[in-house]
Amino acid sequence: MATVKKTRIEISDGALIPEREEEAVFSAWRISFFGALALLILLPIVSPDPYKRILEFLPDGIARTFEVTVLSIFFAFFLGLFTGLGRISRIKIINRIATIYVEVIRGIPLLVQIFYIYYALGKFLRIPDITSAVVAMAVCYGAYLGEIFRAGIQSIPKGQMEAALALGMTRNQAMWKIILPQTIRVVLPPVGNEFIALLKDSSLVSILAVSDLLRRGREFASKTFYYFETYTMVALVYLVLTLFFSRLVAIMEKRLNNFER
Amino acid sequence: MKDRVRVINAVKHFKNVTALNGVSLSVKPGEVVLIIGPSGSGKSTLLRCINRLERLNSGQIWIDEEEVTKPKADIRKIREEVGMVFQSFNLFPHLTALKNITLAPIVVKKVPEKEAVEKAKALLSRVGLSDKANSYPSQLSGGQQQRVAIARALAMDPKVMLFDEPTSALDPEMIKEVLDVMLDLANDGMTMLVVSHEMGFAKAAANKVIFMDNGEVIETGSPEKLFSNPEEERTKRFLDHIL
Repeated sequence: MATVKKTRIEISDGALIPEREEEAVFSAWRISFFGALALLILLPIVSPDPYKRILEFLPDGIARTFEVTVLSIFFAFFLGLFTGLGRISRIKIINRIATIYVEVIRGIPLLVQIFYIYYALGKFLRIPDITSAVVAMAVCYGAYLGEIFRAGIQSIPKGQMEAALALGMTRNQAMWKIILPQTIRVVLPPVGNEFIALLKDSSLVSILAVSDLLRRGREFASKTFYYFETYTMVALVYLVLTLFFSRLVAIMEKRLNNFER
Repeated sequence: MKDRVRVINAVKHFKNVTALNGVSLSVKPGEVVLIIGPSGSGKSTLLRCINRLERLNSGQIWIDEEEVTKPKADIRKIREEVGMVFQSFNLFPHLTALKNITLAPIVVKKVPEKEAVEKAKALLSRVGLSDKANSYPSQLSGGQQQRVAIARALAMDPKVMLFDEPTSALDPEMIKEVLDVMLDLANDGMTMLVVSHEMGFAKAAANKVIFMDNGEVIETGSPEKLFSNPEEERTKRFLDHIL
């Protein structure tokens, strides 16, 4: 039986997504995740002042970080999907626009983009800070996701498109019914990585007036001068969140890969 | 009788190579034509031009009354009527065997799902795989995958079937199961163009064997004649290699 061993190349700036095979009791993921979780629970119990107070101050920020992350990834996903399709489009103008978008956005630091979109948009229209933050994150990550989708689509063997066309499907039908469903499985790990990277990068929006996790921490620290303690808790919360999502992505990947068996 | 497939002076260049250099041939309805020849002789390119996965540089290809090579030909419509089976099967790995077969009828021909499923089941049993309807391609052997691929092509009710080296990627013990299905099709009156070196199949089913080399048709004849008593020197030399 011809089983094709898929090579996975993953370069990630997010938490590692655990390998499917990695089931050791003391896996790196478990040590990090449960270690961070234990500290988050134990520190407030052992020394309620200031840790318990910090922990009580942060939830609003966690919710805000979540909101920014989920909205950004949602828009970035579709922006990325259409950018990826644009990058392989045979229509020259669409192809060119998508490529320019990717080149320009990837060449500008996210922090600069956040400032730029905040002040540029703010100059013409009055929009809430969080909207501006989400737009900046989505536009930035859309470019990176676009490249992932493009690579994913191109990794599907040419024979798949040919078989679909030979059956009388249009290029569009073949793309949506045959190519993209397979692409989703291929790109899930790198898209998951981007999601986690975005979760972390959402801390950058704290420079706007968006009171996310980091900003809430900073507010607390500057009032109470517990800098070390506060940022320890902030770091632990980020860590627990990113590790939680990396495991979630691994589980989803496993589900979607059922057909490969 | 009118020709089902007619190729007139087909020329196809790739960057530096001429894959087809003035190929003409015709296939009558119900005929089974085998195309043999060394690799690079243009056999596969010829098949791929017939359903326009590749486009000719010049020449014409007709399927019944429709000219495939005409720029504004409704190529999608033509492809519905021309089934193709690939060397590498090209089953859709994310769909079960059954869904592989029902997808195109449902999406392209708008056949109601229930009807499509019934037909797919009948086709699966015809290729001897009734029990594999819910298996994914990765759970099937090469021979089984190729049989599903044939069923998938048949589900569109094609009037011509193109086979592009259907058994070359298979282990020897799986070749027979695929050839048996093809033989059954041939006996059923399907018009078939087959790129293959399976002599046994040729002798059992082919009306005509075409030998191609360097993008040209060198010789055409009945299987008995061409295999045992070829006229052209090049045909002889090639047959010496493969027999």
